[in-house]
Amino acid sequence: MIVIVDYGMGNLGSILNMLKKVGAPEAMASSNPRDIECADKLILPGVGAFDTGMQKLRETGLIGLLNEKILQAKTPTLGICLGMQLIGKISEEGELPGLGWIDAECVRFRFDAGKPPLKIPHMGWNTVKIQRQGTLFKDMYAEPRFYFVHSYHLVSHNPEDILSTTDYGYEFVSAIQRENIMATQFHPEKSHKFGMKLYKNFVEVA
Amino acid sequence: MLKTRIMPCLLLKDGALVKTVKFKNPGYIGDPINAIRIYNEKEVDELIFLDITATIENRPPPYKILSEIASECFMPVTYGGGVRDVEAIHQVLSLGIEKVAINSYAVENQDFVRVAADKYGSSTIVVSMDVRRKPFGKYEIFIRGGRKGAGLDPVEFAVKMEKMGAGEILLNSIDRDGTQEGYDIELIRSVTRAVGVPVIACGGVGKIEDFRDAVKDGGASACAAGSMVVYFGRNRAVLINFPERKKLESLLGE
Repeated sequence: MIVIVDYGMGNLGSILNMLKKVGAPEAMASSNPRDIECADKLILPGVGAFDTGMQKLRETGLIGLLNEKILQAKTPTLGICLGMQLIGKISEEGELPGLGWIDAECVRFRFDAGKPPLKIPHMGWNTVKIQRQGTLFKDMYAEPRFYFVHSYHLVSHNPEDILSTTDYGYEFVSAIQRENIMATQFHPEKSHKFGMKLYKNFVEVA
Repeated sequence: MLKTRIMPCLLLKDGALVKTVKFKNPGYIGDPINAIRIYNEKEVDELIFLDITATIENRPPPYKILSEIASECFMPVTYGGGVRDVEAIHQVLSLGIEKVAINSYAVENQDFVRVAADKYGSSTIVVSMDVRRKPFGKYEIFIRGGRKGAGLDPVEFAVKMEKMGAGEILLNSIDRDGTQEGYDIELIRSVTRAVGVPVIACGGVGKIEDFRDAVKDGGASACAAGSMVVYFGRNRAVLINFPERKKLESLLGE
């Protein structure tokens, strides 16, 4: 069973639609600890502000259980967009600490003075340069492109965690993986065949 | 590099797809789900759906058809039409639609845009403006499906909406709608110069070079297309289509 952690932030409908499309046997969105406990895979979605996300996640009372599932039971987990940012340690966007599952922090896009500033949020389709195939980019189509909407991005303190980078003013980390913990800054559920392939890879990982 | 978004803008009326000319004479195009399947195959960047009669018929958004639409769309979707309270936004988003466009109600209750953006984030809230050219080169916003003049200048209104938290502006020219005569570049330029948020050019595109003009000359961040992607040829035979990606990328220098 794949469980999408429902903490009131993020587009659960489109993730469920995509999981169905790629033939995931069973998937549900839930905030019930029993469902999370039984999950053999987890998805941490998220759209919105960092502190609101952490606050709502705290309110579900699930953080302890999630830590156990992810750090000890090593349940394969996919963070998406804000879900990727929350798994770092801190963010410039908020005061609250992140989940700290990986050694990374979240910063706002900052562009060199002198050049005309790019628009924030970074919104639309952008290419993804695969640095390491990991689980998510196995047999990925050539010239992969994905849909992004975000103003902040993760900076990884462990270069070996980086799966892909993307150019927006400069190269930033667009996907990471550390063992069972995976995350993308982009929205694979809204990225056509590229996203379908990525979800399929996640669904099929043992 | 970030690609310029080119998106079909599809009109819904009584659950079917239609296409208007200057906001009039909605002609039947077909079933929205069939169209989406073709746009999925063509890997279009994004889709906009507007229910053109929800506001004038005092209806909420057509949730049932939107739920079918959302379950078929593997690209971002914006919905507009009859969005007049936070509950409607909540329901639309929960179906799996990313963005909500607010048009008439943004004029009638400007504070609503601020409330919506505070609650759901700016990148979820699109303000849509239907604009008509007046004598002597002035422009005016029209609401309720182009039926009622709002007495507002599009540039001033766009600036105000950006301050309220709108994350994008969908800028539609009523005069060019369905004509395929090209975008109103002057209108687009006047708005893009005044705001920092992305502006989606809409109304009038007839050939792919028009996209380039809207982006390079008009400063648009994205382009919407109607007739061009639902009709084919001079006689406007219904054919769901979309320009080749390679052609678009080379045209736009991407």
